[in-house]
Amino acid sequence: MAEPGVVLSAKGLCKDFRGFRAVNDVCIDVLEGTIHALIGPNGAGKTTVFNLLSGFLAPSSGDIIYRGRRITSMAPPAIARLGIVRSFQISSIFPHLSVLDNVKVALQSKSELPKRFWVSERTTSRFDARALELLEDVGLTSYAYGLAVHLSYGRKRALELAISMALEPSVLLLDEPMAGMGAEDVESMTELVRGFAKGRTVVLVEHNLSVVSALSDRITVLQRGSVLTEGTYEEVRSNPQVIDAYLGGQHD
Amino acid sequence: MRAGGDQVSSGKFDYLGLALLVLGLALPWLLYPVLATNIVVWALFAVGFNLLLGYTGLLSFGHAMFFGGASYITGIVMLHTHLPMPAALLTGVAFSIGLAYLVGVLSIRTQGIYFAMITLAIAQVIYFAVTVFIGWTGGENGLQAVPRGTFFGLPLENDRVMYYAWLVIAVIAVAFVKRVIHSPFGQVLKAIRENEQRARSLGYNVDHYKLMAFILSAAVSGLAGGMLVVHQHFTVMDNVDWQTSGEVVMMTLLGGMGTVYGPIIGAAFYLLLSDRLAVLVNAPGVVIGLIFILTVLLFRRGIVGEIMGRLDARRARGGQEA
Repeated sequence: MAEPGVVLSAKGLCKDFRGFRAVNDVCIDVLEGTIHALIGPNGAGKTTVFNLLSGFLAPSSGDIIYRGRRITSMAPPAIARLGIVRSFQISSIFPHLSVLDNVKVALQSKSELPKRFWVSERTTSRFDARALELLEDVGLTSYAYGLAVHLSYGRKRALELAISMALEPSVLLLDEPMAGMGAEDVESMTELVRGFAKGRTVVLVEHNLSVVSALSDRITVLQRGSVLTEGTYEEVRSNPQVIDAYLGGQHD
Repeated sequence: MRAGGDQVSSGKFDYLGLALLVLGLALPWLLYPVLATNIVVWALFAVGFNLLLGYTGLLSFGHAMFFGGASYITGIVMLHTHLPMPAALLTGVAFSIGLAYLVGVLSIRTQGIYFAMITLAIAQVIYFAVTVFIGWTGGENGLQAVPRGTFFGLPLENDRVMYYAWLVIAVIAVAFVKRVIHSPFGQVLKAIRENEQRARSLGYNVDHYKLMAFILSAAVSGLAGGMLVVHQHFTVMDNVDWQTSGEVVMMTLLGGMGTVYGPIIGAAFYLLLSDRLAVLVNAPGVVIGLIFILTVLLFRRGIVGEIMGRLDARRARGGQEA
């Protein structure tokens, strides 16, 4: 009973935190192959929606449907195995593993190898080629054998993207991929996301509106936990409510 | 404190391991053999403990239940059955594995201090079980006159023979732990230690991996406990008490958690210090505590962690200049 073209949809999603309603009756339909952005002022509930979609939080009510299948309240590892992979707002890598191993941990996750505590880690070398390929995509080849903790902030975010891509996600949830980045890094990261988004569906939470306009096909605007409006960047930008609630402050 | 960085340096020749092995072979000629054997047993306990603390990032404050518990089980088997000594050791290990599974199922979902507290609480239950089943455990008197038996036909009454038999087992067990650490499974453990949420988002069933690590760690600790009772001829309630759980934490931190050999150095350092201080001062615990505080403040990564960290840093600098 999947609606045509809809990969991931939230239906009447609500989340209460001790009486405070952080997300209220949110409905979002994410279409196959699109980049869908969630924007809204601080506290609008964007990250909470992300946590609900990826299973890190269970909704108080409402449903999440992925390709016609109800995944509401499934555990994060199970959702990840279905192909919905998320990133985190702060760079979420494995600091004291080598850059290469960061990617390999992700590549191995679908194999039987990680259960084996009695074989040498050399058995994982069959993932080396693919891991190096992914590192090349994000421009980290020369750092492959150093510890991830020594990477600059922008490179950590790039590594995080490579980790997510290692899972070959069908839906990629990116939580503020540009947060805290310098201008040049934002540009190259935008290109990376655009490249990776080919043939995939991406849901993006982002504050940087030029990035949102450059990347997104659809935009959902959240305000105080509810959907304010949805549409293309042009439609959203010309919506008076949005200008009032969110863009207004920045376009004065 | 954080783990020392030995992840990048795997695959190199293991000089430190070789040096420790040579030292291990010479040890009963440098110290009196019973102390040397104690060092081997506690070093193995600390190595098993470190698999959990250093490589999975879980602080158990109840590991005495595996070490001490297995010492009682192994001792009881030696006293009351005609099973050969290695079978008695394996019974102790099996007990630790079973207990770890039960404790793990109850506690593994908890985080940080809550995990430490739950493991401590359950360990105290085991302690009280030892005080209640006096008929089996000897209560306050401990389990006395446990025979050493033979080791594949070799009589163990000579203390140096005893030492070398235990050195062989310990070397095999440490090699096993090292293999676990440098296995695909060990990679996932390190990933969980580094960033549990991220590991979860990659599709790993984190609780399963933690439970496995807990069981493996308990199995090695239980083996060490069985070795303790056999070589000492006795075990006492102190070995299941919370202070023993604390001592293994100290040994691991002193030597360097998250390094394969750190806990061995830490255990040796701790036992040698206790041995000397017992003769010199009235309250050795106070001096050990002070030294522990100083070590933690000055060498945050522990003795081995600090040395390896500095070597790596020097190598990294050299690499940039070249």
